[in-house]
Amino acid sequence: MSFITGVGLTSFGRHEGSSTLDLMSKAAELAIADAGLKRAEIDGVLCGYSTVQPHIMLATVFAEHFGIKPSYAHAVQVGGATGLAMTMLAHTIVEAGLARHVLVVSGENRLTGQSRDAAIQALAQVGHPEYEMPLGPTIPAYYGLVASRYMHEYGVSEEGLAEFAVLMRDNAADHPGAQFRDRITVNDVMNSKPVALPLKLLDCCPVSDGGAAFVVSREPTSGIGVRVRGCAQAHTHQYVTTLPQFDAMGAAMSLKRASTASGVAIGDVRYAGIYDSFTITLAMLLEELGLAERGEAAARVRSGHFSRDGEMPLNTHGGLLSYGHCGVGGAMAHLVETQLQMTGRAGNRQVRDASIALLHGDGGVLSSHVSMFLERVR
Amino acid sequence: MSGGPRIDDWSTGAEAIVYQSCAACSATQYFRRSFCAGCGAPGPVEKRASGEGVVYATSLVVRAATPEARAHVPYNIILVDAAEGFRMMAHGDNDLKIGDRVTARYARFTGRLIPYFARTKS
Repeated sequence: MSFITGVGLTSFGRHEGSSTLDLMSKAAELAIADAGLKRAEIDGVLCGYSTVQPHIMLATVFAEHFGIKPSYAHAVQVGGATGLAMTMLAHTIVEAGLARHVLVVSGENRLTGQSRDAAIQALAQVGHPEYEMPLGPTIPAYYGLVASRYMHEYGVSEEGLAEFAVLMRDNAADHPGAQFRDRITVNDVMNSKPVALPLKLLDCCPVSDGGAAFVVSREPTSGIGVRVRGCAQAHTHQYVTTLPQFDAMGAAMSLKRASTASGVAIGDVRYAGIYDSFTITLAMLLEELGLAERGEAAARVRSGHFSRDGEMPLNTHGGLLSYGHCGVGGAMAHLVETQLQMTGRAGNRQVRDASIALLHGDGGVLSSHVSMFLERVR
Repeated sequence: MSGGPRIDDWSTGAEAIVYQSCAACSATQYFRRSFCAGCGAPGPVEKRASGEGVVYATSLVVRAATPEARAHVPYNIILVDAAEGFRMMAHGDNDLKIGDRVTARYARFTGRLIPYFARTKS
């Protein structure tokens, strides 16, 4: 068994003058304190990557900087799925008895540490170097392509996609750490600047500075335990050109495997933390994962199903779309918020029941998937 | 090791779209490799595609990532299902719709040759 015993999250947005290591350290310090541990008790470190500070040994660079000497440490790279992939690995490491307290940490000054062009260019490299990159695609264009096809096949409208941006902004309005907190309307999304149609500016997550961390331990360190029930992955392709048919995508595959590993069914879930790099990402994943029928997710947003007081509260911190996206730490914020909800510490954002949660991450262009079920135990 | 001579394509500056076909399992693939990604058999045969296809997806890029690409906005990035059974990324007319039958020609983009599709003239 493994438990998420402590969480730490910085605000996202501008952290002028903060380096990748600064943001990692800040989040790590918060998570370790939250778990009620001392730095020296951390015997495992997993970290993501930083596009601003690329390094072949980021985990040990961090450990040295932070002042710890773990018995297990390395970096993990699976794009947007990295946070949950690290959590899955930490769970496995702890279960195998290789470490007692694994610190999972990431941070990046992605917004202020480089020009926006550099950030966009670094990310676009998930495209094929010979057969896609020369055509000048961007990450929004990859997802714009997916959106155009998904909308075509399932009758989803641009207004429908906009509902997800509105919901994430409503959620972020109540989180002081969120990058964007001013409420928006469907019209605002529709009238925002075109980026890669059908995606417009407010369909896209921002670039942020920020850090996130958590501790995965063999035993709970406080009264309420958040237990990792089971997790699984699926990797079906890398490039948008080789995207499988929508009925054979990786999200459903990884979810099914996670259900088998955990004995938890999608119907048991009370809270969802789902990757939302773009509105289309969130809409598609919700439908892939069975949290809505094909083409029906937007209607469920409108009916309040995914609202904080609805049946399936979703990304109550505001998600990547409004809390922000600082790289690997971006999707880790979903897990931080989930842990707070499950331990009843989400303050004015607290939902009624977060006893069983589903987390899902996606890297590349819906290429790499990690699904994870968490359960509250006393 | 390849099952035939390597044919130059647009990625190396030639006005051609080239794909590979596996003699063992008859799969087609667009990204060039020395083996079939479907069954692992070595030496897929290189073939020149007709340039005919159907639009699978489109995204009109208005915000480009580089100053060179910015000179071209808006440009339409499309995925085309080629008649020969593989899918490729290309540029196309801005008003292309999913399902349109299209024919390839070639254009210049940021100083390079790229495949560019327009509706097939019937």
